[in-house]
Amino acid sequence: MPEHAINGAPLLTLSGVSKSFGAVRALVDSKLELRMGEVHALVGENGAGKSTLVKILAGVHAPTGGVLTLDGEPRAFAGPVEARAAGIAVIYQEPTLFPDLSVTENIFMGRQPLRGLRRIDASTMRRRTTDLFTRLGVHLDADRPARGLSIADQQLVEIAKALSFDARVLVMDEPTAALSGVEVERLFAVVRSLREAGVAILFISHRFDEVFAHCQRITVMRDGRWVSTDRVEDLDVGQVVRRMVGREISQLYPKQETQPGAAALEVSGLTRQGVFEDVSFTLRRGEIVALAGLVGAGRSEVVRAVFGVDRYDSGEVRVDGVRLPRAKPAAAIAAGVALVPEDRRQQGLVMQLSIERNATLPRRWSLARLGLLGWGAEREDASRWAQRLQVKAGRLSDPVSTLSGGNQQKVVLAKWLSTEPKVLIVDEPTRGIDVGTKAEVHRLMSQLAANGVAVLMVSSELPEVLGMADRVLVMHEGRIVEEIARDRADEESVMLAATGQRQGGAA
Amino acid sequence: MLKRLGSWDVLVIVVLAIVVIVSSATVEGFASARFWGFLLLDVIPIAFIALPMTLVIITGEIDLSVASVLGLSSAVMGQMWASGVPLPAILPIILLLGVVCGAMNGLFVTGFGLPSLAVTIGTLALYRGLAYVVLGDKAVADFPFSWTGNMIEALPGTTVPWVALVVLGLAVVFGVVLHATPIGRALFAMGNNDQAATFSGISVARTKFWLFVLTATIAALAGFFWTMRYASARADNGAGLELSVVAAVLLGGVSIFGGRGTLVGVMAGVLLLITLRNALQLADVPADTLTVVTGALLIISVVGPNAASMIRARLRRRPPAATPVAGV
Repeated sequence: MPEHAINGAPLLTLSGVSKSFGAVRALVDSKLELRMGEVHALVGENGAGKSTLVKILAGVHAPTGGVLTLDGEPRAFAGPVEARAAGIAVIYQEPTLFPDLSVTENIFMGRQPLRGLRRIDASTMRRRTTDLFTRLGVHLDADRPARGLSIADQQLVEIAKALSFDARVLVMDEPTAALSGVEVERLFAVVRSLREAGVAILFISHRFDEVFAHCQRITVMRDGRWVSTDRVEDLDVGQVVRRMVGREISQLYPKQETQPGAAALEVSGLTRQGVFEDVSFTLRRGEIVALAGLVGAGRSEVVRAVFGVDRYDSGEVRVDGVRLPRAKPAAAIAAGVALVPEDRRQQGLVMQLSIERNATLPRRWSLARLGLLGWGAEREDASRWAQRLQVKAGRLSDPVSTLSGGNQQKVVLAKWLSTEPKVLIVDEPTRGIDVGTKAEVHRLMSQLAANGVAVLMVSSELPEVLGMADRVLVMHEGRIVEEIARDRADEESVMLAATGQRQGGAA
Repeated sequence: MLKRLGSWDVLVIVVLAIVVIVSSATVEGFASARFWGFLLLDVIPIAFIALPMTLVIITGEIDLSVASVLGLSSAVMGQMWASGVPLPAILPIILLLGVVCGAMNGLFVTGFGLPSLAVTIGTLALYRGLAYVVLGDKAVADFPFSWTGNMIEALPGTTVPWVALVVLGLAVVFGVVLHATPIGRALFAMGNNDQAATFSGISVARTKFWLFVLTATIAALAGFFWTMRYASARADNGAGLELSVVAAVLLGGVSIFGGRGTLVGVMAGVLLLITLRNALQLADVPADTLTVVTGALLIISVVGPNAASMIRARLRRRPPAATPVAGV
């Protein structure tokens, strides 16, 4: 391990950097220091501000406050093109190549070498591509189209692209999340050679084994703030996890004590090839069960399959002992299941339609009299629910898109609570809504559970999971790896299970 | 009530009124009851097919094969009549033919997930080709007058064909279904966002499948009317009619992108299209020019509402943007 490399002068620093989106403070007085020839890990929970930080480096967001320096010079990027020109390249988890263009064309997109009459110099371009691949030590056909390349190969194309404009800082946002073991090894071989060439690499990952095996320093973030930066030798996994989650659970979560009743939802052996495997759990009346895990662990996919929006290959779902047919949301709704989906704007609401139409959509048949929906019926019903959930809206006939995020979420909740579900599934119920509304949503969920509704909550926010849930089911790579009771659940135990540190796959 | 219709629909109705008033004053014979009787006969097939087409386009799909289904239905009728099958036996077979044609469109669109534009351009050619296979170039014209005469019969004491009244009745039914039933709510939801519709328990694929079946069945029935009205079964009956139907629906304010439109607007659109065309015909404008009019109206009806909403959005956005600029 070349010690000199990481003792060198900082290549890139961020100091006192803040970024707010409206009232949401995504980054608060955060900092980062990258040195030449180091692989630097950035870890933190979902929502800790890592992505925002990456986007500031990439020039996508301008920081609200703070300084970015490169070679000691303060810099401000007006956009991604400027950041790239300064030598900062970002490789996202899902590379964005043009599928129908060749690998070479993708690498030189927008910067093609030209010859006379502004014609593209294809042979130079091709030669430079093969050179890049040789440098990286990978074997890829420069002429093949990007379509059909594995994610791993697409990332290599992105890395080649970064090298083609002499990037000195390479940011990799969870590059290994979608890779197989061999592909991960190949990626790290490339990373090592880049490092030896003096490139500074910022490596964002939830996989601690990789972080500890390949990085020299680790920066931990939490709640948009910098927590610590240490050399890997001075840390262990437990310490990192504690720093990632170590915060006090506020009293925001008004969970009422309930006695779980009869089983309301039974899921057994639910499998969808390559997405989730052998998922089994039981949900009782009056209890709130959280489905925790990292982004991409398959939580949303499981609840979508339970509700019938997605298919599953095997296994079964029972509500009150009666088996639900596959892929039939209408049957699930009729059986008393409701799903408040993850993506409010795409899945939860029809943005162009009015508040009242949205709020009554699942019950349009039961509100109709003799098959007809008088205009009054929907409005009357919608206004009752809007009042109950305190939706702040001008007129119920306005498009739902005119509401704020929190109020939109209340309309989604109204839409589903009005079906009087026995089983309420909520997927990231408080994502992107303000603190006040958040507390209202939590109070509502708690109240529903007290009234005998079985609540299944998918959440990436640990405090929410720990504050609300009677039990926590932790998913890791498509499997439920652990079930933790309320009294044993803490941030460490959930995080360790979610990152696959605790007897992964034991379920 | 006017507010509910939205501005484009109102505009179409106003333009229709202007066309009627101006034509009555300037085109000789326009104001006659006899002309209106003929005009309504021309309106019937377009208005009839426009009813299910409105629903199809509101869900974000399109069916361009309708005129070919009409032609195929006419050809099958002719061939069967020529082989001695009585008309009351032909009618259910025609309906079944429509169901099969529509099921094929629906299967390709919803079962295989292909774009309806591509599928129905394909079946547009396919069904028309089949019509020629069935009947060839010949025309079958020896239908009994008791049927052909009856089909264009006017209501007693008027020049209004009784079939027009049937279509009007159906228009009311379609209007109620679209605007005041759970089915209509589902159609608008899936036309705007089929994912959110699915998450609300709406069977998007199944609904679209049956809409294609309904559309082709109505097109086949329109083929029956067409054959009786002109007392002639030919493979090329109704060729190009799909353009008029789609033009009328879009002219009536239905968004080509789905999710928006009213049935009242569509009926006004059908009337505007036919009235304008027949008035020009009456004024001795050559037939080629009439096609130009249809094409131009189609373009206007696609561009118009979008341009209108773009302008509205621009105006809405202006006030906040104007504040910082004000001092410059």
